[in-house]
Amino acid sequence: MIFRVILIALICLPISAYSSSVKVHERVLKNGLKVLVKEDHRSPVVVSQVWYKVGSSYEPGGITGISHMLEHMMFKGTEKHPAGEFSRIIAENGGNENAFTGRDYTAYFQTMEKSRLEVSFKLEADRMRNLKLDAAELKKELQVVTEERRMRTDDKPRSKTQEYFMAMAFSNSPYKNPVIGWPSDIAHYQVDDLQAWYQLWYAPNNATLVVVGDVKAEEVVALADKYFSTLKTSIIKPLKPQAEVKQVGVRKTTIKLPAKLPYILMGYKVPVLNSAKDKSEAYALEVLAGILDGGNSARLSSQLVRGQQIAVSAGAGYNMTARMPELLMLDATPVEGKTVFDMEYALKQQVYDLQRELISAEELQRVKAQVLASAVYQRDSNFYQAMQLGMFETVGIGWEKADEYVEKINQITAEQVRDVARKYLLEDHLSIAYLHPQPIKDHKQTGKVAGGRHEK
Amino acid sequence: MRNSLCTLLLLLTSQSVFSAAKIEYWQTVQGSPVYFVKTEGLPMVDVRVIFDAGSARDGDQQGIASLTSGLLDTGAGDLTADDIAQQFESVGAQFGEGVSKDTAWVSVRSLTKEELLNKALKTMKLILTKPAFNEMDFQREKNRTLAGLKHREESPGALANIEFFKALYKDHPYAHPESGIVETVSGFSVDDLRKFYTQFYVANNAKVIIVGDVDKKQAEKIAQSLIEDLPLGVKPDIIPEVPFTAKAMTKKIHFPSSQTHVLAGVIGMKRGDKDYLSLYVGNHILGGSGLVSKLTDEVREKRGLAYSAYSYFSPLFRKGPFVMGLQTRNDQTDKAVDVMQNTLKAFVQNGPTEKALIAAKKNITGGFAMRFDTNSKLISYVSMIAFYQLPLDYLDTFQQRVQAVTVDSIKDAFKRRVKPELINTIIVGGE
Repeated sequence: MIFRVILIALICLPISAYSSSVKVHERVLKNGLKVLVKEDHRSPVVVSQVWYKVGSSYEPGGITGISHMLEHMMFKGTEKHPAGEFSRIIAENGGNENAFTGRDYTAYFQTMEKSRLEVSFKLEADRMRNLKLDAAELKKELQVVTEERRMRTDDKPRSKTQEYFMAMAFSNSPYKNPVIGWPSDIAHYQVDDLQAWYQLWYAPNNATLVVVGDVKAEEVVALADKYFSTLKTSIIKPLKPQAEVKQVGVRKTTIKLPAKLPYILMGYKVPVLNSAKDKSEAYALEVLAGILDGGNSARLSSQLVRGQQIAVSAGAGYNMTARMPELLMLDATPVEGKTVFDMEYALKQQVYDLQRELISAEELQRVKAQVLASAVYQRDSNFYQAMQLGMFETVGIGWEKADEYVEKINQITAEQVRDVARKYLLEDHLSIAYLHPQPIKDHKQTGKVAGGRHEK
Repeated sequence: MRNSLCTLLLLLTSQSVFSAAKIEYWQTVQGSPVYFVKTEGLPMVDVRVIFDAGSARDGDQQGIASLTSGLLDTGAGDLTADDIAQQFESVGAQFGEGVSKDTAWVSVRSLTKEELLNKALKTMKLILTKPAFNEMDFQREKNRTLAGLKHREESPGALANIEFFKALYKDHPYAHPESGIVETVSGFSVDDLRKFYTQFYVANNAKVIIVGDVDKKQAEKIAQSLIEDLPLGVKPDIIPEVPFTAKAMTKKIHFPSSQTHVLAGVIGMKRGDKDYLSLYVGNHILGGSGLVSKLTDEVREKRGLAYSAYSYFSPLFRKGPFVMGLQTRNDQTDKAVDVMQNTLKAFVQNGPTEKALIAAKKNITGGFAMRFDTNSKLISYVSMIAFYQLPLDYLDTFQQRVQAVTVDSIKDAFKRRVKPELINTIIVGGE
């Protein structure tokens, strides 16, 4: 019982004293642009991020990856600022900048010394509505994106396995498509496609501006108003739901690629914060993932890597901030002498354990302590704080929920974790991909296909 | 109410005037140097102990520094790996360990609340001073390392990197990969690791770095306690100088990938090098500043040949490499390599333009505060200052020293230090 006392002492203290209690200022400009500002005065710096509600899960067939392609083209200039000038101006002002595209968002950011924020606003506002898309620039940048795909996916057996895996696991949800797009789609983008995509989604009423740093909220809002409020709105049509059909049996696929180590990926269809009717289920799944893989003392490391010593590595992951229902993923690499099928058995055993028995009080306490501490550590970085606000807002959860995270996790019980394991980690909703390594040195493409046999 | 009070408190405590980090220095009773920076506003602290025990200390046993480091948290005192992990994670502390070419480190990030921090530090101390090196843990970690080395063979980029260092450093201790190679690692015994630990994890070879919201008294106590049970030991012999690169070479390795990975470079500079600033600022213009650098402009922006093209110096205790790199579709490798080489040649020949230099200085000085705006970044800087014995005001004088760089000093430094006719090039990819 002694640990209980410590437990309570620990949980009580940080929640009240440490949780992210810094106020977020929200203002919606008259054209619909939402501005979020969080003051953090630890360093004389500021990060500014523009988040657009568009990403690969918005894309129809034939132009998959176009959100990412457009992200690249956003650096190719406007009437006022020709290609390359955006980056040059930011650099001359001491800034770092880049952009990233996900399934549910496209975001652009600059980190600057605090007095330079205006430079960033001026340029971002300009390219929100005035991008100049040029065929010659597109042709070159298409090559760059193709190289990016080769680097990120094509030459990485595990990334490729994941790509095939997602394409199988989802039937009709757009999450089946890779963010970077399918090769054939990438090869056939036209300027018109990009122009249409830009027109459709890049507008103040489809964006969120997030600023975190050594600034005064009111001044930031005024500055945002000066540069962004004159931008025209667009009519943003509601997205079709594209709700995934029910999975009615386990799905398995075999991936044969030149590689050195076998590997298994497993995923169960689960709800996310955005889709769950009972929101606590998403938090319970988050805790469940933490029980399996929330550090070196978590079950997969402790039992599969050490304990039984059958895995070189094993992991679990769940992204509760996806816009649409997701997969709770498990993966593992077997030690020599063990197979991916041994991994499958062991991982399923882990799932059964979660369904059969309540997690221990110590385990639950450990996950909560980590979540609590992480909430403090994350505030070390302005970028991360902005990222969290932007993400929650853009996927439709609402930024306010970011602040509730620690508290909600803290309310989760062992029973709730067992219940979500029983409700969602079902064999019929499971997908599995096995990576079977092929020799690297003598790899030759053979013309013959062996048919649909499922090879062990 | 409590929340708003906290907000107020946070705002009040974080109004401290920002300057480049104020580093305090002292020694523990045993003489181990301690570097401390107090940061306010967040109730957290990072503690790191570094040793001159990186892969350069491997000798013939390539990879032993890395595996020794990896074994530390798998058992210490009476604690098993599970116990250790639980000790840290039950208080939300994050433990880390690792090696580079020059250093080995053990680190903890923790909340500052006393009972939480104390528990984390107690475990850290046990790991530092009483690692168990159990046979079973050793066999498992060795096998995991061997699996990792096999996994590395899937990556043309990793292969290129290994070959690149081999080409430049030949028999020097910097030549081999930090995690070793299959042939050496498979021959280790647990006694080899124990021996390595006993020789290098000693007070005379240790430095403590603390960054966070603790006061100096606490920091003194923390450092003293972590080190006091380590034997004094002996400082290891100094790593030998890197021999001069005598001639250029190009090596092509077949790999069944869709992209070819290219690494090209020469022996570069060391920490505290007299040409450091000129080479650093020069490289910033050449290939060190992302989208606006010359290499990216020529390779990516103008020709669409690669997603990433870059160059950097990696200064070490002895001369680390100067590296240029890119990845491109197999059939355009020659073209990309030409562009890369020509860009370098032109830069060495002509130096940067005055305009480019001004822009680079503006970028470096304008963004100076962003180099250490988090505790994570700050502790990296302070660790570097500590290990390489750079002046404590290194960060304070940095901008001023950047301003002193001229077109001529860059041109002069590059001409002497980066000779295009001595470039070693490694090319790994498919037909």
